[in-house]
Amino acid sequence: MFSLFYNSNIFIWIERIIKFINSIFFIFLLIGLSFALIFSPPDYLQGDSVRIMYVHVPAAWIGLSSFSLIALLSILHFIFKIKNLPLITKSVAPIGLMFTCIAIVTGSIWGQPTWGTFWAWDARITSMVILALFYFILILTHKFISDENKANKIACVVAVLGSINIPIIKYSVEWWSTLHQPASIKITGTSTIHPSMLMPLLFMFFVLILYCALIFLMKYKTEIIRIKKKNLKRYD
Amino acid sequence: MLPIKVKKRASLLAVFLTVSVIGIFLILSALNKNILYFNSPTDIKFKQDIDFNKKIRIGGMVKKNTLDINNQEIIFTVTDFKNEIKVSFRGTIPNLFAEGKGVVAEGKLKDKKFFIADRILAKHDENYMPPELKNIIEENAK
Repeated sequence: MFSLFYNSNIFIWIERIIKFINSIFFIFLLIGLSFALIFSPPDYLQGDSVRIMYVHVPAAWIGLSSFSLIALLSILHFIFKIKNLPLITKSVAPIGLMFTCIAIVTGSIWGQPTWGTFWAWDARITSMVILALFYFILILTHKFISDENKANKIACVVAVLGSINIPIIKYSVEWWSTLHQPASIKITGTSTIHPSMLMPLLFMFFVLILYCALIFLMKYKTEIIRIKKKNLKRYD
Repeated sequence: MLPIKVKKRASLLAVFLTVSVIGIFLILSALNKNILYFNSPTDIKFKQDIDFNKKIRIGGMVKKNTLDINNQEIIFTVTDFKNEIKVSFRGTIPNLFAEGKGVVAEGKLKDKKFFIADRILAKHDENYMPPELKNIIEENAK
């Protein structure tokens, strides 16, 4: 089942996918940004400052979903000891940290013209900061603990503990009174965002996912090369 | 079936996860009062031990037709559709502050019905739409 990962053909495949994404990424980014910044309508209340949403919301989604992925893979690794899962979680963590930070910074810039403040210690924002800290601890674990088995175990504990934070972030706006508004896009039920703004938002999400895939593949490739150089005989 | 080692690890993880979820749940429920970013007028009404010298935040909707802006101060009523508090404020207000919109005020309570704010934050809702659509909705409402 996992033979694809063990095969050294994976380098060729990674190279091919990176080339393919590289060839389409900038075109898609241009289309996405021009829809987000020019062609989409301004908001009835916020005017043009609503355009920050097209970066803020996808960045927050990616920050949350990468941590969920890391937690899931860490659990699978802990139980079944699949050797290359830690390499994947290791490669995803910096991407998640970057997008969580982007979400926090853009949210802060957006908060000033709309709420009237850069920062508020409300439940949503604080839990997002905690998520960024968890990412930070994950990355530091791999940086400072040289024994790989040990580092993977500690990273697993951190990921499992951090995964409890994910539903807290998601439902913080419903459980407690916060300055942050509730979610506009609902999985069940109707979204309270107009389709002419929802489409560019989803498109921007898709473009940023492409970017994540690109960074992930590059990082994953380096991780595999590093392991091979260490001569640990993991990929034969 | 799965090897015993795998089962052991799975159950260890399950126990660890359950314990930490319960722990965090207990911490959060103990802190519940402090996690609230603001109190609604109803919260204020039923609160027993209010410290009138301590800064607090109240929030709700700006009641329609109560906003009064004159040279010295801005006076409006915050409502959660059950109870209301009158708020007085001097200073600049954010762009999105308007009648019928959400607001969070930071300051001190004078008494249970009067609040002196020294900072006003606008709380906007989760609705996003183009301005033309808003006009159509408003015309239909008339």
